[in-house]
Amino acid sequence: MVKKTIHEINSKIRDGSVNVVTAEEMVHIVGELGAEEAAKEVDVVTTGTFGAMCSSGVWLNFGHSEPPIKMQKVFLNDVEAYTGVAAVDAFIGATQISETLGMDYGGAHVIEDLIRGKSVHLHAMSHGTDCYPRKVLDTTLSLDDMNQAIMMNPRNAYQKYNAATNSTRSTIHTYMGSLLPSFGNVTYSGAGVLSPLSNDPDYMTIGTGTRIFLGGAEGYIVGQGTQHSSGGGFGTLMVQGDLKKMSTDYIRAANFTGYGTSLYVGMGVPIPILNEQIAQATAVSDAGVTTKILDYGIPSRDRPAIRDVTYEELRSGFVDINGKEVPTSSLSSFKKSRIIANELKDWIARGEFFVSMPVERLPKDVSAKPMKQTEGIAIVSDIMAVSVVTINKDASVYDAAKIIQDTSFNHLPVLNDDKTLAGIITAWDIAKAVSLNKFDMVADIMTRKVITANADEQVAVVARRLDLNEVSAMPVINKDKHVIGMITSDDISKLYARRS
Amino acid sequence: MNLKIKISISSDILTKPIMAEAILETGVMLNISQAHFDRSHGEVVADVESGKFDVMCKALTNKGAVVTKLDVPIRWDENECVECSACVSVCPTKVFSLAEDFSLDVDDTKCIQCGTCVDMCPHNALSLGNNK
Repeated sequence: MVKKTIHEINSKIRDGSVNVVTAEEMVHIVGELGAEEAAKEVDVVTTGTFGAMCSSGVWLNFGHSEPPIKMQKVFLNDVEAYTGVAAVDAFIGATQISETLGMDYGGAHVIEDLIRGKSVHLHAMSHGTDCYPRKVLDTTLSLDDMNQAIMMNPRNAYQKYNAATNSTRSTIHTYMGSLLPSFGNVTYSGAGVLSPLSNDPDYMTIGTGTRIFLGGAEGYIVGQGTQHSSGGGFGTLMVQGDLKKMSTDYIRAANFTGYGTSLYVGMGVPIPILNEQIAQATAVSDAGVTTKILDYGIPSRDRPAIRDVTYEELRSGFVDINGKEVPTSSLSSFKKSRIIANELKDWIARGEFFVSMPVERLPKDVSAKPMKQTEGIAIVSDIMAVSVVTINKDASVYDAAKIIQDTSFNHLPVLNDDKTLAGIITAWDIAKAVSLNKFDMVADIMTRKVITANADEQVAVVARRLDLNEVSAMPVINKDKHVIGMITSDDISKLYARRS
Repeated sequence: MNLKIKISISSDILTKPIMAEAILETGVMLNISQAHFDRSHGEVVADVESGKFDVMCKALTNKGAVVTKLDVPIRWDENECVECSACVSVCPTKVFSLAEDFSLDVDDTKCIQCGTCVDMCPHNALSLGNNK
């Protein structure tokens, strides 16, 4: 039974005799020597990860102006920062986007610009008080001008993360990148073998107060991250560090097309090897970290899982989905993760970084709850029209015009002989056909690519589909492609108008 | 040696088979890698043998198309790139791959300039010179 203390390990760091290896190297060491011998040999294992961590931001203290101001609203390079705290503090979040540039520039870019030594424009507004009389303030500040710039990330370093794919027929843009139609690709994030929490899944050494590598500087784990869900292997960390000491090698702004901005954060956590149990945990490999491939084509909290997958498979470049080889790619950089694990290893070997024990352990076996929703969730079947007038594709355009006139239905689903949906025809299609003097059968002028809904979908989801496709009504179909209802933008506006 | 070209077609000639006519007339083959059409205009990206570019260009231009040489493939800014490899899985022609040490390899000779990777890259490290 090996038993070492933090004090012993730190003494070895001080006198230069410490044996520190990366989590990748540890896999082989435990493989060759076994956990007990490895625990005797190795004092510290370093981990590293570099990926998009949306839940990131920086507390800034600007110092007081003359006359002083209590900032109610503050913008840095046109990106709003949260200022509902004392007079001249603000929290700039990575995903807040620019008022003028939109998704091209966000809080993440402000943070990167500050680290690069660039100045940012600060615009603040206030209602004015007896103690803080000033109402408007404009100035330009660099990182050196600020009292504090404390990076504080509420939810970082996910133990592992779901991989993403897309079952639908069109490309979707998500925080997991562009997902091609019909399972065209799989994206994933996380460092697998080098992932900090996956190397200490029982949180034996990682907890409140653990000293870490954050953005190229020393930082600390504050405690469990928000949405920490250790029961399912999805633990997260809340971390902090001094932005003034960080480097753009390890903190980088990003844009995800169609989603917005995010911050790539480089983090490394040292794991002191106090006993063989910890040594065994740090021997985890890519093959030993399993996650799920989720279908991001389904816009729901409960995205269907396509299959389980290991990081080893994800990293191979292809995964099998329904018998098809689907290309994979990572959104986090394994190369950078390695650089971070090695940099932290160097710091420790050179006696510049000391390990610590947590003053409080992270909670184990907890799970994140979904949101409690007190308002009922409206689904399509609640508000769709069930008596739908349809027309056969072989009917004449004249018949269609007459039906629209008689029933005042603006959208007629067009059916095949077996009653399945063939297309849709609107009053506008008829007007267009008449004006071109080119009309005979409904099948000739109908729209064949019909945007449809399912009865059990949420209204909020289909409302977005109506909007994106610039249509005003959709047939509701069942799995046999039979039309069972119609949902229109009118139905949706009635629903929300009734509520307000 | 093949040359990549973009053929832009305005709405007034959109319904005419100008590409087919130009191919028949010149006997020069075009390998079409992309085609986008909407109400207002059309755009086709194709490969043509470089020695036959002039004659094909003339034939298309005479029929009202605008022909541009796409001689700069995808541009990779190594300073912006963090080598995450997000571009790998969306590229239809496998321009991108990860080396043994997880560095990004870019083989721009395979690039058909579709721009899918430009949208995918989280760090704006990829751009198309004369295509967009």
